[in-house]
Amino acid sequence: MIEAISFTLNEKPVNLRVEGDRPLLWVLRTDLGLTGAKYGCGEGVCGACTVLIDNEAVPACQVSVAEVAGSEVRTIEGLVKNGQLHPIQQAFADHDALQCGFCTPGMILKAYGLLASNPAPSRQEIIDGMEDNLCRCGTHVRIVAAIQSAARALKGGRP
Amino acid sequence: MKNKTVQSPEKTAGTVSPAAVTRREFLKRMGLAGGGLIVYAGFGGAQAFARAARTGYAGTNVPVDFNAFLKIGTDNRVTCFVGKIEMGQGPITSFAQMVAEELDVLYESVDMVMGDTDRCPWDAGTWGSLSTRHYGVFVKEAAAEAKGVLKQLAAERLQCPPERLVTREGVIFDRNRSGSRLTYGELTKGRVIERHLEDVPALKPVSEYTVSGKPHLRRDSREKVTGQARYSGDIRLPGMVYARIVRPPAHGARRVSVDTAAAEQVDGVQVVRDGELVAVLHRYPDVARQAAERIQAKYVTPQTGINHETIFDHLLKNAPPPAVAGQAGDLQAGQKKAATVVEETYLNSYVAHAPMETHTALAQFENGKMTVWASTQSPFGVQRQVAQAVGLPAEKVRVITPFVGGGFGGKSASAQAVEAARLTRLSGKPVMVMWSREEEFFFDTFRPAAVVKIRGGVDDAGNMVLWDYRVYFAGRRGCENFYEIPHHREQVYGEWRIEPGIHPFAVGPWRAPAANTNVYARDLHINLLAAAAAQDPLEFRLRHLKDPRMRSVLEAVAEKFGYTPARPPSGRGIGIACGIDAETYVAVMAEAAVDENSGAIQVKRLVCAQEMGQVVNPQGATIQMEGCLTMGLGYALAEEMRFDNGRLQDTNFDTYLLPRFSWVPEIETVIVPNTALPPKGGGEPAIVCMGGALATAVHDATGAKLLQLPMTRERVKAALQNRKRA
Repeated sequence: MIEAISFTLNEKPVNLRVEGDRPLLWVLRTDLGLTGAKYGCGEGVCGACTVLIDNEAVPACQVSVAEVAGSEVRTIEGLVKNGQLHPIQQAFADHDALQCGFCTPGMILKAYGLLASNPAPSRQEIIDGMEDNLCRCGTHVRIVAAIQSAARALKGGRP
Repeated sequence: MKNKTVQSPEKTAGTVSPAAVTRREFLKRMGLAGGGLIVYAGFGGAQAFARAARTGYAGTNVPVDFNAFLKIGTDNRVTCFVGKIEMGQGPITSFAQMVAEELDVLYESVDMVMGDTDRCPWDAGTWGSLSTRHYGVFVKEAAAEAKGVLKQLAAERLQCPPERLVTREGVIFDRNRSGSRLTYGELTKGRVIERHLEDVPALKPVSEYTVSGKPHLRRDSREKVTGQARYSGDIRLPGMVYARIVRPPAHGARRVSVDTAAAEQVDGVQVVRDGELVAVLHRYPDVARQAAERIQAKYVTPQTGINHETIFDHLLKNAPPPAVAGQAGDLQAGQKKAATVVEETYLNSYVAHAPMETHTALAQFENGKMTVWASTQSPFGVQRQVAQAVGLPAEKVRVITPFVGGGFGGKSASAQAVEAARLTRLSGKPVMVMWSREEEFFFDTFRPAAVVKIRGGVDDAGNMVLWDYRVYFAGRRGCENFYEIPHHREQVYGEWRIEPGIHPFAVGPWRAPAANTNVYARDLHINLLAAAAAQDPLEFRLRHLKDPRMRSVLEAVAEKFGYTPARPPSGRGIGIACGIDAETYVAVMAEAAVDENSGAIQVKRLVCAQEMGQVVNPQGATIQMEGCLTMGLGYALAEEMRFDNGRLQDTNFDTYLLPRFSWVPEIETVIVPNTALPPKGGGEPAIVCMGGALATAVHDATGAKLLQLPMTRERVKAALQNRKRA
């Protein structure tokens, strides 16, 4: 059923008329033209489509667009401020914490969600927090190092 | 250096590319309106052919069309065109380094254009760790040729003998009159200068390198961390639709009926049929999927009786006659000399490529020309396949390769591009085919299941005297014996390519094809022989090795690890493996703990040493080593495709397990320097050691022999049981 759905997307209001049960992932990628969230598995078991909903990292393939009505949604496209990379993005680039880059937006937003709830995670807490996001190129050790250095750059503050 | 006339492709000896275009058309594509210098990939003519053969690049069918390696624009920007693609392995950075080095321009002034069949020189595909090793030679020579031309032009303009000219950061100046200078852009302004690369220009000696050999971060990071990087599935065209194709439930299944009526009732859906191809099209991929689920299709699935457990007997029963990959001495004589003979059979399951980006392609047919954006490792292969499938000449098909979200050999085959092109012709709309994860697993070209049988013997003095090696269906790569064993023979029963009637589904090249299987079996067997001879496994290997490159990586890895000798099983859980792949030498030491109750293996430490000749980007090479070790945890510990009668049982990441953060230990890497050799392969070698390094670590920890990969908990527990019985 076509519904009017409003939410905040990357700090801007969005008003859609859309079938409410459509997955947020495909509404983002098609209707809204934001392709940073990637399709990887469609079942919420790879993390490539991770977005932030009210600062919590969630697989966008498992959330319907109706469920985010009234929420603040942030995608990878919403992290750059005034042309400046977010400290987590900068840390990923500085550490070469990516190869093919397909999992990277999801990794960065998962890390964002982790640091939002735990600004000074231990190495083990980073590993536990990132466990469900998959990377086939094998950049895991660099991602862990990047998140550690992003946490330092944020000086204990929230991302 | 004299200027040469550029011949039209029709007049040049050699093979004419199927996609040959006119020179005028090509210059237009290159955007040379304001002038510029262009160096063609001169594959035509005997000299160029000899060069191609010398570098091992494309021994046959080398095109001579107007395809360029390099363009120097009047804006001083240099564009390097390569038929290779970027899937994470990093040539977008290392090619730019090579160009900057040989051309004496700033690294930052080099732009890369990759995998566009309209603009880039022909290439078979991005695989085999060949980009730097083979293709890089052409890139460097094109840059050196361009620099020579620019110097010649500058000598005329500055009225100065060429030997007085110095090139630096895109500027040529007279060393005696520093004010007398011209930028490369100024030299090319207002005219189009074309050069056909035929002779071999002199390249810089390594001792003069300032860009090549220095670590560089990836140059595509900013795009990739901001979500701006475009993959095939991110391209948007007006009026485009997404396809959902009706698929069989099992390999070998034959469709007997299909009813699309219910799907056609979904608003906005178009159903197209062409022979076996039945697809639902919709502007939203999720709606196309839902509509396709309403299609009623009936299939007949033959009962083959083959599953992931019976496959090994099936392979052995159906093995073709062997090819001998290497031999010396006489196996019977070796058997007589042996005081102890160890004989084992090793098994490997089917393993998926599982790139995070599924096979994806967008096709558009406009004004008689097909354009396909494809996630592929072989844009020129896709061009040929699409042209054949839709009945167009190759020059009417353009394949553009955006960033590729991982390949590992799996995107050497790109059936999705043909599907998109066919559906575009049928529907009259741009069509995106984006395989679901289930389709990605189903249509993967798996690493083949394989069997290795080894009979090895040591004499009373602890010397290996016998090595009888048979590999079934993995393939020959990496099976060659490099130890000093007087009596040995390596026989290869079937390659990793499709062997008709053998495998229940498609197989193909998986990162370092065959070598992962061969090195695993060899290194575990070497450890068993070392144990039989009561020797330390590292010393046992070294005493049978003369090859200085292999000795150098083993010694380097042991030093970095801080290894001390002990007889296996020492209880420490230290494993070792070594191999040669893509002309690179590599050794890995692993430390692992085994939980004997659960059978779980926790890898605690990985150390890798690699000798790969000259290294263009040590940072990129290091990351490839790390990536290989991490990815290799998967095939060693968990990855296998389970199936029954052509029906796959692992179709998503919930049961097909990829390496995760908690699996990955600290990784240490060493690049053993050797600038005396040109660059060797870097994308694959280190992964070949992972099965062997971890199987020997488990053996060293517990004495258990893991004779099958992956080393699942159940197999570890079973091997521990067998150890107790023995």
